[in-house]
Amino acid sequence: MSQDAIIEIKDLEVVFGSGSAAVRAVNGVSLCVERGQTVALIGESGSGKSVTLRSLLRLHAPKRTSIKGSIRVAGHDVLSLSSSALSDFRGEVCSMIFQEPLLALDPVYSVGDQIIESIQRHKGCSRAEANKKALALFERVKIPSPERRLAAYPHEMSGGMRQRAMIALALACDPQVLLADEPTTALDATVQIQILLLLRELQKTLGLSIVFVTHDIGAAVEVADRIAVMYAGQIVEEGDVRTIMRAPRHPYTKALLQSRAHGSLDRGQRLATIPGAPPDLAKLPPGCAFAPRCAYAQDACREGTIALVSLGESHGARCRRTDVTHLPHTESVEA
Amino acid sequence: MSAATPLLDVRGLTKHFPLKASPGNKSGVVRAVDDVNFSVMRGETLGIVGESGCGKSTTARLLMHLINPTAGEVIFEGKVVGSRDLPMKEFHRQVQMVFQDSYSSLNPRLTVEASIAFGPQVHGVSEKDAVKRARDLLSRVGLEPARFAGRYPHELSGGQRQRVNIARALALEPRVVILDEAVSALDKSVEAQVLNLLLDLKQAFNLTYLFISHDLNVVRYISDRVMVMYLGQVVEMASTDAIFASAKHPYADALLSSMPSMDPDQRTEAPPISGDPPNPINPPSGCRFHTRCTFAESVCSSRAPQLTSIDDTHRVACLMYEANVAHPRSRVNVLKVAA
Repeated sequence: MSQDAIIEIKDLEVVFGSGSAAVRAVNGVSLCVERGQTVALIGESGSGKSVTLRSLLRLHAPKRTSIKGSIRVAGHDVLSLSSSALSDFRGEVCSMIFQEPLLALDPVYSVGDQIIESIQRHKGCSRAEANKKALALFERVKIPSPERRLAAYPHEMSGGMRQRAMIALALACDPQVLLADEPTTALDATVQIQILLLLRELQKTLGLSIVFVTHDIGAAVEVADRIAVMYAGQIVEEGDVRTIMRAPRHPYTKALLQSRAHGSLDRGQRLATIPGAPPDLAKLPPGCAFAPRCAYAQDACREGTIALVSLGESHGARCRRTDVTHLPHTESVEA
Repeated sequence: MSAATPLLDVRGLTKHFPLKASPGNKSGVVRAVDDVNFSVMRGETLGIVGESGCGKSTTARLLMHLINPTAGEVIFEGKVVGSRDLPMKEFHRQVQMVFQDSYSSLNPRLTVEASIAFGPQVHGVSEKDAVKRARDLLSRVGLEPARFAGRYPHELSGGQRQRVNIARALALEPRVVILDEAVSALDKSVEAQVLNLLLDLKQAFNLTYLFISHDLNVVRYISDRVMVMYLGQVVEMASTDAIFASAKHPYADALLSSMPSMDPDQRTEAPPISGDPPNPINPPSGCRFHTRCTFAESVCSSRAPQLTSIDDTHRVACLMYEANVAHPRSRVNVLKVAA
């Protein structure tokens, strides 16, 4: 694809376990992220969004996981890196922030020590230099009284402050790619918006490329240039944030946007719902995984593999019925 | 407020959790809920919003008497809860609760049918009738009894389990149901199904809801009135339309403006407030929000605001809206002129 691609995932398949109990968490994901772009992966629990993200850093336990396909990040072939090359890669090229900073940070070291350790490991500089850099990072992520906070332990900080500290840690070795796994889900509303705006600002000033996983469409709209919607381990629709929000073409994306409670609804008016529940990843149906819940589904949708249909520049949907999905469902039946 | 007696009247509700003294730390208290007053009218849905640690869940637990209040009383239909007029057991028949975690709130060793039928049997319904009621309720919440009655909680999905919890809450034919983050753990597509179910049940059984959530979109959708809490106190209370159109309290306004924009061309430009909510162990003096408030003046750190009515249905606890307070940016006269 594009010359500028910093992340290229091709036909990624991730299977946990084996035999009849094998969970097919990711089933053929291809995704391209350009330099300086923010892409949000959205979907419900079990859609494979976090598994895809973690594959980029090869965080899955190698014994229980089988990964197929190819992943290239900034020129590195992630799936074939040796373990020492992988350690160099993590943090220096690509780093990650997690949902729960209290679990991700080490409770027995001060946050400053954790950042300094990381800088010394990758940059090989003196402790004093690393300390100076850590201080600058804390200022960059807007932690008040940064000198004092560097000596603090994770439990001594508030939730929003901890998330800022984790962002500082992730940026410690000047990575080109930042991965964010539900970074604001555990935060309160007034703190969530601060962190979202911080990520947006850092992306701009540092020219980062960000992959942002969330189930919250609102959070995705605040930071993302592009949105990829995942369902049952596949990207079912991908496009520019405006296109996805205003003219979604995959029936799942449409239903997801319509089922949200939002301000313009009248009280008491019933919400549009998606019938049923997401499929069991150990027993995926043949054909389109969304077909059993889809209002537009026809018999043809229940067999074969569904290809990505291009719907214009950088917009695509994995659906056989894209010729009618721009119409409301009632009209599509007549058509 | 109209002259009608409220169904539920909460007066001066307070809960201070004692802290254990540890080396270097004097013993203190967490002021989880501090002098909270509100009433709930028959048939309405009151939404309670606020950030973690604001006391919304503690308020719900105090209402249910799952924990005992430090001070204050709850009055149900004119009778003091826990008094001779209204013993606790009778009150619990009238008020039921649905919790956030659908799994830990069901007994893993009882079938869902037995879980639902348990409450009525405690209240003297025969086993046969209780099981019949359980099966009726299962079909009311959209779970076919023939398929689901004999299942155990681990055999159900999150959405199905939450339906069972709702059925169980309804088994005693309560008047009030307290929903504490009842849809927060569900996926969006399942959340919409459960919200629709709650609307249907409310109508079918003439229920009154107390809906606690941190999801402002959902609260806006389901509530008739909204109460905003901050650090254990009520800061604003108004009809949903009024509060979402123009919240008066600076905190309520900031909280509502923190909702992510759904329009890619109208993204939020600056965070409405900075910092995290302070610790409720030593809440700030005076107005508890003054440490983060852009309108704070010196008077705000010394004087605690009272919940003041600014019109028939809108109450706010901010010194700018209180008469005879020397706040340089008082809004009292502005409101008078408008009225």
